[in-house]
Amino acid sequence: MTGIGEYMINHHKECDEVFARAEEAVGEADWARAQARFDAFTRQMDRHFDMEGNVLFPEFENKTGHAGGPTQVMRMEHDQMRVVMHEMRAALEAKDAEQYLGLSETFLVLMQQHNFKEEGILYNMIDQVLGDQGEKLLAQLDSVA
Amino acid sequence: MIQAGLQLEQGPPISVPFRFFLAAPVFLLLAAAALLWQGPAAFAVRLSPAAVAIAHLVALGFMAMVMIGAMMQMLPVLQGSPVPRPRATAAVTHAGVGLGTLAFAAGFLFGEPWLLRAGALALAAGFLAFVVAVLVCLARAPRQNRTVGSMWLVLASLLVAVVFGLMLASLFGWGIALPNQAAHSLHPGWSLLGWTGLLVTGMGFELVPMLQMTAQYPKPMARYMGALLLALLALWSAALWIDEGRWGEVAVGCAVATAAAYALFAVVTVVLQQRRRRRLADVTLDFWRVGMLSLFGASLAWGIRVAWPGAWAGASPESMDILIGVLAMFGFAGSVISGMLYKIMPFLAWFHLQSMCGPGVLAPNMKKILPDARQRLQFRSQVLALALLCAAALWPGLFVYPAALALAATAVLLEMNLLAVVRAYRDGRARAASQSAPRDSC
Repeated sequence: MTGIGEYMINHHKECDEVFARAEEAVGEADWARAQARFDAFTRQMDRHFDMEGNVLFPEFENKTGHAGGPTQVMRMEHDQMRVVMHEMRAALEAKDAEQYLGLSETFLVLMQQHNFKEEGILYNMIDQVLGDQGEKLLAQLDSVA
Repeated sequence: MIQAGLQLEQGPPISVPFRFFLAAPVFLLLAAAALLWQGPAAFAVRLSPAAVAIAHLVALGFMAMVMIGAMMQMLPVLQGSPVPRPRATAAVTHAGVGLGTLAFAAGFLFGEPWLLRAGALALAAGFLAFVVAVLVCLARAPRQNRTVGSMWLVLASLLVAVVFGLMLASLFGWGIALPNQAAHSLHPGWSLLGWTGLLVTGMGFELVPMLQMTAQYPKPMARYMGALLLALLALWSAALWIDEGRWGEVAVGCAVATAAAYALFAVVTVVLQQRRRRRLADVTLDFWRVGMLSLFGASLAWGIRVAWPGAWAGASPESMDILIGVLAMFGFAGSVISGMLYKIMPFLAWFHLQSMCGPGVLAPNMKKILPDARQRLQFRSQVLALALLCAAALWPGLFVYPAALALAATAVLLEMNLLAVVRAYRDGRARAASQSAPRDSC
């Protein structure tokens, strides 16, 4: 059976992929394609934030009684990423490739250091704490639109 | 289960890593000045006082300075435990390594043993403070994962390199005989193949796939290469120690295997980067390519040099050693370091500025903080300096002066770029402070 951590790591990779596809299209100034790909990218990112913010983190905090701990920092970084994505959308609408690419560079480092912390530490803990509810939670994660 | 000390939050105050980064190009410039002053003589003999001074200005003042700053920043973030007392640790380490390097290099250049002694002591104090702080940080890590494991190896190597360095300093500074002639080989060996090489490969396994969106390194390589290299280094050291510094079959075998492992890392990295998912032009990526090419060249040259000591028909063994040193230190480590600085510094400036901005407000992005064109220009100057330094290793009479000038130029351009980041950070901070109400940008 897939663990929760593994499931989430795989979704990180999907997010990486859609991020790169959108950035590539902007780099080629193919704006129609960039728009479609950017939408796909934000859809996956929002889904990821929801899976964590609405399903995994509340369960984890519940079990550990640790609402102010690592999950709170992760939520804060989700918010930071949302702000950058918002600006990326504005740059896309203005067809400002330079601005978009500067933002996407920033986003990439922000996202990767965030993912690194989740993959290296937090997901291990989640697997440990929530492992016994694995199946139920994976079904819930699947149903996050 | 959940450790009280777990902190997934951010690293130290921005002044902690930045003071190391900003000091580094100054030492590169000093190395260029020393080369200019000493001229071709500096490159004529591997262990001439001038060559030793220049090598340490680069290895300690430039390389170690940035590596320490990056570790102080990244360890807490990457493994979830803070470096204890970051400001005090940074102050002691920065002053110890910085002033120590200056005194040490001056001691060699001016032939003043007391300066050399003072430098060695300051360096020892600076490195000790750093090693102790990182040991605490590693021991407290909530998960002993692969990154933490590789950092243990890096730290162990640094410690061994410092111990052998102190033996050599005792010889040159205090006239205390070496316990074993092997120290002459073991100090540079543990500094470059241990501390530097293990840090770059250990971080590379994580950072290359993340930042350049490549596939992962082959699992056995990422998992075992660090430990294998450390084992080879240990065996190599034992063999040299037993033979009092003479290269027997075991030492040669270990060295060739070590060189092969690093060459393999270089090849795998270049292949992964060739197939990267993110196709945009990127100065950091280009720096990595130059670094990997240099690593491959240095490994190959060193492997051949130790396996067939007499194989150099045209060039003297001394000039081969200097070429290997240039490739390993400035070509490999120097390129990776500059490339990583261009990711770490603009990101940190952005990250700290962002935390000062109100909700929904955005700090200037990384490329506004440090434009691509400035990075590209400095990259080209660094490649030119590398090419000229390689030529100078082989033909000192012709190339030492142009190489020194190019090295000085690239050091100045690098420092200007780093200062541009600091300026952008200060401007942003002033703007954030002057704005009481959130605006569109800050």
